[in-house]
Amino acid sequence: MKEENTVDLTQPLSTGPSAFIPSEVILDEVPGHDVMKEPLLKVSHTDHVTMVMGLHPAYLHCFLHTQNALLQPDGPLPLSWRHYIIIMATARHQCSYLVQKHSSAFLSAGGDDHWLRGLHFASPKIQRLQTLNKLLAHRPWLISQEHIKELVCPGAEPCWSLAELIQAVVLLSHGHSLSSFVLGCGILPEPHSSAEQHSQPHSPVAHISQGPIPAHRARTHHRELTEAVNEVQLLMEKMMMVQQQEEEFTQEEMVTRFERERTESLLEPAEVVCSALPDSVSHFVQDPDFIYQDFCPRGEQSPPTLRAQDYSWEDHGFSLMNRLYAEMAQLLEEKFQVVCALTYHTMAMHTDVDTSTLRKALWNYIHCIYGIRYDDYDYGDVNQLLERSLKVYIKTVACHPEKTTFRMYSSFWRQFHHSEKVHVNLLLMEARLQAALLYVLRAITRYMT
Amino acid sequence: MEKMTCVSPLSGKTMFCHLDAPANAISVCRDATQVVVAGRNIFKIYAMEETGFVERLNLRVGRKPSLNFSCADVMWHQSDENLLATAATNGAVVTWNLSRPCRNKQELLFTEHKRTVNKVCFHPSEAHMLLSGSQDGFMKCFDLRKKESVSTFSGQSESVRDVQFSMKDYFTFAASFENGNVQLWDIRRPDRYERMFTAHTGPVFCCDWHPDDRGWLATGGRDKMVKVWDMTTNRAKEIHCVQTIASVARVKWRPERRWHLATCSMMVDHNIYVWDVRRPFIPFATFEEHKDVATGVAWRHPHDPYVLLSGSKDSTLYQHMFRDASRPVDRANPEGLCFGLFGDLAFAAKESLMAGDAGRKPYPGGDRRYPIFFFKKPDVTEQFAQVSSALSVFEFEANGGDEGRGRMDWFVETARRYLLTGKPFAELCDHNAKVAKELNRPQVSTTWTMLRIMYSDPGNPATPANHNISKLGNIPLMISLKEMSSALNERNKENRVDNLHNLETNLNIDENEETEGSEGQAEYLFGDAELDDDDLYSMEHDNQTEEPEYILPQEAFPLRHEIVDHPSAPEPPAEKPESPQVSGGETEGSCLTPMESFSLISVSQLLFQPRLPPGFFSPVVRAALTHYAELGDVQMAVSALIVLGERIRKEVDELTQEHWYMSYIELLQRFELWNVSNEVIKLSTCSAITCLNQASTTLHINCSNCKRPMNNKGWICDRCHQCASVCAVCHHVVKGLFVWCQGCSHGGHLEHMREWLKHSNHCPAGCGHLCEYT
Repeated sequence: MKEENTVDLTQPLSTGPSAFIPSEVILDEVPGHDVMKEPLLKVSHTDHVTMVMGLHPAYLHCFLHTQNALLQPDGPLPLSWRHYIIIMATARHQCSYLVQKHSSAFLSAGGDDHWLRGLHFASPKIQRLQTLNKLLAHRPWLISQEHIKELVCPGAEPCWSLAELIQAVVLLSHGHSLSSFVLGCGILPEPHSSAEQHSQPHSPVAHISQGPIPAHRARTHHRELTEAVNEVQLLMEKMMMVQQQEEEFTQEEMVTRFERERTESLLEPAEVVCSALPDSVSHFVQDPDFIYQDFCPRGEQSPPTLRAQDYSWEDHGFSLMNRLYAEMAQLLEEKFQVVCALTYHTMAMHTDVDTSTLRKALWNYIHCIYGIRYDDYDYGDVNQLLERSLKVYIKTVACHPEKTTFRMYSSFWRQFHHSEKVHVNLLLMEARLQAALLYVLRAITRYMT
Repeated sequence: MEKMTCVSPLSGKTMFCHLDAPANAISVCRDATQVVVAGRNIFKIYAMEETGFVERLNLRVGRKPSLNFSCADVMWHQSDENLLATAATNGAVVTWNLSRPCRNKQELLFTEHKRTVNKVCFHPSEAHMLLSGSQDGFMKCFDLRKKESVSTFSGQSESVRDVQFSMKDYFTFAASFENGNVQLWDIRRPDRYERMFTAHTGPVFCCDWHPDDRGWLATGGRDKMVKVWDMTTNRAKEIHCVQTIASVARVKWRPERRWHLATCSMMVDHNIYVWDVRRPFIPFATFEEHKDVATGVAWRHPHDPYVLLSGSKDSTLYQHMFRDASRPVDRANPEGLCFGLFGDLAFAAKESLMAGDAGRKPYPGGDRRYPIFFFKKPDVTEQFAQVSSALSVFEFEANGGDEGRGRMDWFVETARRYLLTGKPFAELCDHNAKVAKELNRPQVSTTWTMLRIMYSDPGNPATPANHNISKLGNIPLMISLKEMSSALNERNKENRVDNLHNLETNLNIDENEETEGSEGQAEYLFGDAELDDDDLYSMEHDNQTEEPEYILPQEAFPLRHEIVDHPSAPEPPAEKPESPQVSGGETEGSCLTPMESFSLISVSQLLFQPRLPPGFFSPVVRAALTHYAELGDVQMAVSALIVLGERIRKEVDELTQEHWYMSYIELLQRFELWNVSNEVIKLSTCSAITCLNQASTTLHINCSNCKRPMNNKGWICDRCHQCASVCAVCHHVVKGLFVWCQGCSHGGHLEHMREWLKHSNHCPAGCGHLCEYT
């Protein structure tokens, strides 16, 4: 389906929408799809996120719908506040691209420019979201009904109504997951703001320039290529195997497998170094040391895993959201459905492949990182299907998106198309969004009961 | 354990017990003595004793129970009391045999489903048949004598949420799906469903066959609805729909009650409701004991409608007795009031109330604005509290609200019928007053009448003697006053318009008395709605002993429904008011009114006409017009301006006038009343308005020969030097009215064309077009 069979991964591009993906790949895709044309016509300049997502037009359609609905005038929160909340959210992941974008949107929505000087200049009501923002971004499983109560209960401080809160929560988690996508795909700043952006230490360009590609890579290129082909074939065999396996496991074994996935995932992003935040985002972040921690540090009093059967989006999450923010519930539901069903039946050079097990493994692995467990899923599959480099990438993008590097991006699935890697990022973004929403909606449910 | 029979109702009370963990499902054993509770961390059997639940058996055994014990659903076999089946969250279907001697009662384990099994269901009569529905989209039928499934049904769509064997049709089962579909299957044909239809938007969480009615299926979905389907017809037909306030997790028909079903919610709402499907707006009964959502509901005995069991996420198991249920209908407010989009008002109340009201009503039957009544016939078969209510819909046929809310019919009508010029001033006023009156706008009507009185010359000068006599004739007048005030009261009760403007009702009394030879009364009217009666009568307080009679009863006003023509007030006299009227503003504003002539005397204009120059009223009129304009009735303001002409023009400043004109013209044009708007423009005296008629009056024409624009003013095209606009009949240049057919664009002199088309259908130019002259 895609034209580019051999992707030259050795030369990252610094022009075009993404630092990781050659601009031709994205631009080639553009004219073919009507959905892509539509937003292109609407705004003279399509932003880079849209362009990269345009590789998957069916999804892009839903995404834009949801995003427009979030940022359209209807709703309990003022428009400028909504942009500010996204700024808060994306700043936690040091996603200067989105901070920049929403800062200007904040101003054009009539926001007070004082607020942009830092969080403590903003309305005290907004500042009270800080804890929730922090938890949602890094450890959503810690959110309890007390956090909700604190915000919603009438007290001396400015309090949030449930309708406002639910919108804020959706905005926050939207911001977090979109940061994952932006950083995971190495989205570059828009040209008109590039002048200041290039000085940002954390823009993806900087990452790339830090590590110049060694010359010997080119020589080994051919060898790697054949290796990669073999990898794809191996993966496909495994997928077949997983699909056909009929073996039985005891619960203990299943639990062990789930635990193994979880703990193993902890070890992978080796350097968890707290680097100083870039100036552009630091003033929107309080408590920058609060970062993702493994869901359940061994031995410590662990919050129980969230069983997907006990609190699922389809049954519970949607029902609650539908009550409080009906329109968004429908849109999110549609988006989740689209992203879960999205497939082209291709894998690298192979066509007509049933990729459902692979997609399921990705989705469940991300939920596993966030401590959500499916009783009816064998987490052994994750180990079978997701190679180590992919796991490293996923874990990094989902939990520490600011640490994503081009090396990580290029080292997994070397034979796969860029569009397929973007697909991974879409799954990642949505799975992360759903996980965060599940936790916070569960807390709200508990608060309400 | 006591044995229950179908005949004697179960005795017992509302009771509960604490479970150790949240329940996911419950099921009752055939003889209604035991209940099984299953959940993620619980699988127990309780006996239901007279006084409480007693734990009989814990089926969750083993040091570290496997996920097979984590139950999403449980079902007790309906004929074999030792047989249970559970659906496990890990995709296993397990059967349990209570007669097994060892502690572990697990009998068979089917692990054919790949994902969570949402539902298991035993066949109601077949002992060995078990059906399961799973998240993986498959339904499987197991034969318990074999160790594996005998058939697999693929829904070809998303996850299966519920499966239910039909009570009556041996081979049929229904399955509900996450994508909103419901499928009907024949157990013998695993290849294809018999029928499929979309029941809900979003997942259908549950379905239940009616125990008695063959072919009735109730479904509950995430879209907060319970629907009852008639499956006996070719297409599944929705026969009832109940709107709940949260996603419906379970639905169960109530035994022995044809129309009743019980529901519980998936989220947020913790109550269990029993609905009468024919009254879908309010639950028949509510059980409010649970502190978290109920996850399982079951009627204890298939023939006892009074005992309901429920398990909940709050880790309790309840037995609800029907007599302890709360009946929301008792607390419901039987009255309702609602405004429609177009100002219609609907009001529902208990029949008894309405009947009393109707009896009191003096309205004639033929009145179009009479409220429409709907009575709901009480249904004797219904068990609902006998609520019979009446709904009245009041429609504003003509808009009575002086603020111009609601429909604008009156506006259009008024604009069409008002006369603004062409007649003497008094006649214009009278005509307009009549128009307003007919359109049920008494305030406006009165204003017109007042304007006439204020500015026109006294038409029929009353004799000064009249005035003198009045002083003497006190006693008959007292009576007439009483009459008048009672008439007023009555009228106001019904009309509930701004009371003041109804005072004109009195005109008929006036007239009566004039014919009788006694005096009329003075009425103090003022065209301003803001004035209240206290102000109006303040002066009379000092002098009148009759005062209390004159005060309008307060209770008459709040009900403010539509304005009705009063049948007892003959209209003709009201339209042509004979009796003089004085602006109320004058009464309070000046002492020029003779003090002795208060209310008891007929005040004719003659009394003060000589003393008051017409300009005297100008401030009042100006205030009145401004008031109208501010109320949004710019029509009145402009019409009065035009009719009054010079009398008032100087009083209102130019800019305000212009503003009113512009607003009125815009309104007229919005309603496509082009002629009226043009007339208004023509009649206006503001230069800014009149020049509107001069704007865009140029008509650009093309030469009929060379088809290029004619740019000079003559009749000869300067391009082709031929005469344009030649009459098709006489072939001369048309100077003056040129009429042409819009179909073929040929034309000529108006006269010629008319003549021609009288005897011919075809275009005179010979183009063959069938022109029409209308």
